[in-house]
Amino acid sequence: MQLTEIHIAGFGGQGVILSAMVLGKAASIFQKRFATVTQNFGPEARGGACSAQLILSDSAVLYPYVTHPDILVVMSQEAFNRFTPELKDGGTLVVEQDLVRVTGLDGKKTIKVFGIPATRIAEGLGKKMVLNSVMVGFFTALTQLLDADAVRRAVSESVPPIFRELNLEAFEQGFKQGKVASGKGGTELELQYTAED
Amino acid sequence: MSAELSVSVSNEDLGNPVEPFLRSDRMPHIWCPGCGIGTTVNSFARALIESKIDLKSVALVSGIGCTGRVAGYVALDSFHTTHGRAIPFATGLKLANPKLNVVVYSGDGDLSAIGGNHLIHAARRNIDLKVICVNNLIYAMTGGQTAPTTPDHATTSTNPYGTFEPAFNLPHLVEAAGAVYVARWTTFHARQLSRAIGEAFQKKGFSFIEVISPCPTLYQRRNRLGDGLETMKYYKAMSKVRTGAPTSEVGLTMNGEIIVGKFVDRNRADYQTMMRAQYASSLGEKFVELEAVCS
Amino acid sequence: MKADPRGVLTGEHFIDGDHACCEGALAAGARFAAGYPITPSTEIVERFAARVPTVGGTFIQMEDELAASITLQGAVWGGAKAFTVTSGPGFSLMMEHVGYAAMTETPCVFVDVQRGGPSTGLPTLPAQADMMQARWGSHGDYAIIALCPNSPQECFDLTIKAFNLAEEFRTPVMFMMDEVVGHMTEKVVIPPADRIEIIPRKYTQKPAEEFLPYKGNGAMVPEMARTGEGYKFHVTGLTHDERGYPNMTPQIQDKLVRRLQNKIQFAADRITLCEEENLSDADVVVVSYGITSRVAQRAIDQARERGLRVGKLRLITAWPFPQERIRELAGRVKAFIVPELNLGQMALEVERAALGKAETYPLTHAGGGVHNPEDILRAIVEARR
Repeated sequence: MQLTEIHIAGFGGQGVILSAMVLGKAASIFQKRFATVTQNFGPEARGGACSAQLILSDSAVLYPYVTHPDILVVMSQEAFNRFTPELKDGGTLVVEQDLVRVTGLDGKKTIKVFGIPATRIAEGLGKKMVLNSVMVGFFTALTQLLDADAVRRAVSESVPPIFRELNLEAFEQGFKQGKVASGKGGTELELQYTAED
Repeated sequence: MSAELSVSVSNEDLGNPVEPFLRSDRMPHIWCPGCGIGTTVNSFARALIESKIDLKSVALVSGIGCTGRVAGYVALDSFHTTHGRAIPFATGLKLANPKLNVVVYSGDGDLSAIGGNHLIHAARRNIDLKVICVNNLIYAMTGGQTAPTTPDHATTSTNPYGTFEPAFNLPHLVEAAGAVYVARWTTFHARQLSRAIGEAFQKKGFSFIEVISPCPTLYQRRNRLGDGLETMKYYKAMSKVRTGAPTSEVGLTMNGEIIVGKFVDRNRADYQTMMRAQYASSLGEKFVELEAVCS
Repeated sequence: MKADPRGVLTGEHFIDGDHACCEGALAAGARFAAGYPITPSTEIVERFAARVPTVGGTFIQMEDELAASITLQGAVWGGAKAFTVTSGPGFSLMMEHVGYAAMTETPCVFVDVQRGGPSTGLPTLPAQADMMQARWGSHGDYAIIALCPNSPQECFDLTIKAFNLAEEFRTPVMFMMDEVVGHMTEKVVIPPADRIEIIPRKYTQKPAEEFLPYKGNGAMVPEMARTGEGYKFHVTGLTHDERGYPNMTPQIQDKLVRRLQNKIQFAADRITLCEEENLSDADVVVVSYGITSRVAQRAIDQARERGLRVGKLRLITAWPFPQERIRELAGRVKAFIVPELNLGQMALEVERAALGKAETYPLTHAGGGVHNPEDILRAIVEARR
């Protein structure tokens, strides 16, 4: 695994930090790779904007911050507006499609966009708060950076036991959508496009 | 032994019975003639004798100031800490080793000014400490400055035209904060003081004994209140024993009545009892009791 | 001796530096902490508060940092291994008690998760601006030991080391984290208890009549007595003689203060830890510590890819400072570059130790973030000119 910079952002209560923790744990504990998670602290992290940075690598991570993410996951419009300009040319943008309207990509970069209605899927499962596991499943299938079983294990060890099954189900739903999006180039959700190609 | 100690030593004994409780290799002590601190130490030593407590189990913690020097003169495990912090030090000592009987012995400035926050919080938590507060109504070690306890319009080196801040009524303060035992005596009441200290050793929880004590060198002299002996006469004449007096009524004035006695004697679970109960109920079998000594 | 398995959470964990520090303390045998909440350090005691009742110990949240920093010392004298945890403003409040611990030779650990200052500064953002305060913050002369972890793994490993050094030298040890290291999550491997070496407190075997509580042994470190066992010892922050009794003469002061200083300075070679790379051919050496060492590493790697002869010296112990090593390097390198999240603190030490034989270039940053590695790279390039 090459050094991959991932930025996950949204608002408090969406499980932004937990998503990064789950992916980082899958990589470092279950796949014996290296992962570093940093998070933005501050008053705005309580209920307002919330973001976590995850770096995955085959060798020890030195610089702990994401400068130009390879992958940006946004779960709020504010996060989209704020962080999309930092996305690397050729990078991947993953959005919560009901919460984010993808607009104004300036066309200077080639970006792949994938969307999933993670909140709606989570609500369908009966608990909105598992949207992060939907997103993690979607991310796992889409990016193929991590072994799906490693991520499943990380999900299951990172949530309270009584919500384990529900989160794993949420993961599978996201994972399924991610496979479809990845296999079909993502057009299924009519959100994937390249800004300039 | 020193002059002020002799005030309360009875004639029934040959030699001084409290001598084994003192570090004779540290005598003479630094206290002035007529100072009351030595008298309180005498009463404390007698309380230890009468309570038959295992002296090995007694640790004494002092802050800074004239009374802070008590730690240096008693033949006990003793800790002379930083200014105002005797109570938090004693808190750590007691919590790490609950078998110890921990005494805090310090002055009014140390305990109620710089250490005032710790005083109220230790009382609130009901840490099992015996606090002996020698109140000479002034900062003595540093040369006679105003203390939170300086009454009326007494003159001090930092209020040369007379104080105007209201003073703390310490028994009232610590009762409100949660102390389970509160008493006040003067250095004239050596036996009663001794008995009060003995009673405090029987209590589990935060006990506070205020001892009104002369500082002839600074407080009495600057306020023309006479020498140590005249102060004893004042204590004798103006002290009124009122056991169970409402602490709101025991504030001090410069020349007026001194209400003495045991004001508060109540039972309330101490910090460690509450802590263990809480852990046991929340953690069940996962709760592991404290081991007193770790290594 | 080996660690008590009850405190050791053996396994691989994905946790942040604050939590790793707590686990290090528990593995080291710490069974008492007194704290006061302050960002970004609070997670350490929050975890300790949750964990310690399950291993047999106490956490107490005190009314302020003045109380916390002396309560822990009471606990040490009560027999526990104890620590407190704070950040900038709280660290300032604790300084008198760092001095008390140094003077009374109370083994303990102060953790400072550094944030931007002065005053309230940047509560949630990093800095490394307490490094000189860690060394000189309390009044009077004394020596100190300070460690600087740069990862959650080191927060675990070096916290154990901090407790061990505290016991070996009977001194307060400053554990100088920073906000990034404290809040950064990475894999932390906690070994089995029987692979963790713990230095137990050295209690005297002498009978009370023969015991002098402040007489240094060969290594100038006195043995301790247990409270409650009849030693009737005295501990004071006043200048004291070997009996522990106050003695305020210039002679006793000289003897005591020099011993406090020398017991650490004379052992500096043994205490000091550096991580070194590519120093043999280097003409420029980047000296860094804590989170900045990881930022610098990226710049160093880029510089070496370009064929620049740049070496790395990472301070794992900031105090005692490895002055002999810097002095020796100064004789054969052109320059030191010292990036740090302050306006030049450890750079002063590097410059002092270099004796003018090599240039020292501080690369300052007021905190709130970390350096841009490009800036460090540029400094490396410029320093070689």
